Amino acid sequence: MSTTLEALINRPYEYGFVTDIESDAIPKGLSEDVVRLISKKKNEPDWLLEFRLSAYRHWLTMTEPVWANVSHAKIDYQNIIYYSAPKPKKKLASMDEVDPELLRTFEKLGVPMHERKMLANVAVDVIFDSVSVTTTYKEKLAEVGIIFCSFSEAVQHHPDLVKQYLGSVVPSADNFFAALNSAVFTDGSFCYIPKNTKCPMDLSTYFRINNAESGQFERTLIIAEEGSHVSYLEGCTAPRFDTNQLHAAVVELVVLDNAEIKYSTVQNWYAGDENGVGGIYNFVTKRGLCKGVNSKISWTQVETGSAITWKYPSCVLLGDNSIGEFYSVALTNHHQQADTGTKMIHIGKNTRSRIVSKGISAGQSNNSYRGLVKVGAKADGARNYSQCDSMLIGSVCGAHTFPYIEVMNSTAKVEHEASTSRIGEDQMFYFASRGIGGEEAVSMIINGFCKEVFNHLPMEFAVEATKLLGLKLEGSVG
Amino acid sequence: MISSNSKVILEVRNLSASVAGIEILKGINLTVRSGEVHAIMGPNGSGKSTFSKVLAGHPGYTVTGGEVLFEGQNLLELPPEERARNGVFLAFQYPIEIPGVSNSAFLRLTYNTQQAHRGGEELDPLEFNDFIQEKCKIVEMDPSFLDRSVNEGFSGGEKKRNEILQMAVLDPRLAILDETDSGLDIDALRIVASGVNKLMTPDNAVIMVTHYQRLLNYITPDFVHVMRRGRIIKTGGKELALELETRGYDWLDDEYQRATPA
Repeated sequence: MSTTLEALINRPYEYGFVTDIESDAIPKGLSEDVVRLISKKKNEPDWLLEFRLSAYRHWLTMTEPVWANVSHAKIDYQNIIYYSAPKPKKKLASMDEVDPELLRTFEKLGVPMHERKMLANVAVDVIFDSVSVTTTYKEKLAEVGIIFCSFSEAVQHHPDLVKQYLGSVVPSADNFFAALNSAVFTDGSFCYIPKNTKCPMDLSTYFRINNAESGQFERTLIIAEEGSHVSYLEGCTAPRFDTNQLHAAVVELVVLDNAEIKYSTVQNWYAGDENGVGGIYNFVTKRGLCKGVNSKISWTQVETGSAITWKYPSCVLLGDNSIGEFYSVALTNHHQQADTGTKMIHIGKNTRSRIVSKGISAGQSNNSYRGLVKVGAKADGARNYSQCDSMLIGSVCGAHTFPYIEVMNSTAKVEHEASTSRIGEDQMFYFASRGIGGEEAVSMIINGFCKEVFNHLPMEFAVEATKLLGLKLEGSVG
Repeated sequence: MISSNSKVILEVRNLSASVAGIEILKGINLTVRSGEVHAIMGPNGSGKSTFSKVLAGHPGYTVTGGEVLFEGQNLLELPPEERARNGVFLAFQYPIEIPGVSNSAFLRLTYNTQQAHRGGEELDPLEFNDFIQEKCKIVEMDPSFLDRSVNEGFSGGEKKRNEILQMAVLDPRLAILDETDSGLDIDALRIVASGVNKLMTPDNAVIMVTHYQRLLNYITPDFVHVMRRGRIIKTGGKELALELETRGYDWLDDEYQRATPA
């Protein structure tokens, strides 16, 4: 590197940022200096700064995608604060100080008391001290050599692993939002499962409580070495409020020979009010690479929140005999918009994929499934089965299905099934005539509709998800 | 078993109802006492099924006049789920399928909802399993049906048996069987009918809506009512059903018209 260039790169904050170095936030807007500042604040190695800068430079040449079946006001990317250190929230002394609406939600979901306190940021009893819980888990994981930490910690302590795999599944220039994330991501999760290790517990972001505020540009990287196995849980059913309207996360999974990652998400970000005011824009890039032979990735998602969801957890089936799965429930109500689905890219021989998507639309919402099944020329014996079911509640919501199928190998077998149904008066009357009222009936119908997906969720998630759907649909039926 | 001293369960007075602005029921009068079996017969389009749905509270029908007292209480002001909890049961002509919801979970929810309403004891899944196994015997239903989704993939006969199983679970004061015999072969008909007979007590009552006399061979009615154009035009004993079987309905029409000049 020439000295001039080096000087340029290292030039500190000549646009007046210097004075801000001690404070928690930097001014609004995005520029190369902001990217450098983020990297510097996080004490990152040069290669990571380079990764960010090249992403940023590429992002400048890109335009926001317009193909999704969603509409929103133009996002002003210069009106966003791209870095602010997690501010410690004011601890509340007791549950009496918590927003009653939040308490009602916890009640309905049946969240255990100590969790409620933790989620509502109430000081937690000594017995249930979250930090000690976290520590216990960390010790247990360390015993078998599993690394589970924040992304920032991983950059500091395991830079070689991060360098090897970061951007290897979702390249920094992959798409508009992934490029933005690559330039400005602040934190996220990192997980490494060593060879022939079966993770002794479900890894939950919930236990990484000290990093709960990972911000709007979250970055997750999970690596499963040969013969390993991990189940990863993201999110929680409790509603999450955030002042940042735009969220653009990137999740990368890498699975080597005979290994498996099961990734489960329950997303319940603030969806805006009944009139569609406010709410999170959730533009996420999630992709897994089945790099090794006989590897497997299984995505399960329950998407109930956000004003806009733009999300396609995908599998690149590179290794021979690898398997990709996608199980999804997406529920939209009021004015929510969801455009979600998956991509299954078959490259290796005898690769298999399975897609089960359940979309539920209520209110004036719009729910789209968008999925690509692509079979490459060398993917002999590839097989895919897709099933997309939509359910409508009321008469002014929308359900759409956009399946794309590209097959370049004549030995491939691809099946697609779709159905649309409506919760009608007669169904509701059947329940009523057995003494079951409106909301309970809808909840039961919906949960029956989603059962195939819920069966793939870890037990406690499944129970909560069941209640969550009922809660989200409250008042949407006569 | 039946005497005029038996308690009145249902009192329908001059009930009229419409759907989409078209009047279907035009003044129905009917009194049902505990221990009684009433058959309502009539040709297609006479309003039989509408009558049963109106009693159960189907939201698609508008009551335009008259009143219905159920155990002395105004039934028409209650939403359908409360009518059910109070003891009105409707066995559907076309039972609805509920994919993904197991029959046992559905039955247990209905049972516990009912129990909560009556102040009775609710059952956990294990206790309910014992309870439901016994009930299954009433309609000779294989317990494997409990694990299947409600009515999904059931044959016509299995669906009807499942309706009677629900009746057995809910133990209604008044059961309305809407064409429960339609689509049943003779064996299924016998099983369904014998199920209903086993569930009859001096304290409850049954209204059977049917086209055909054959169901009445198995469940003996105390009264047979003939419906025609939204009215009950004739009431008799079980022999009336046999007469209808041989003579059809038209003669009744003529008789009714003579009796009530326009």
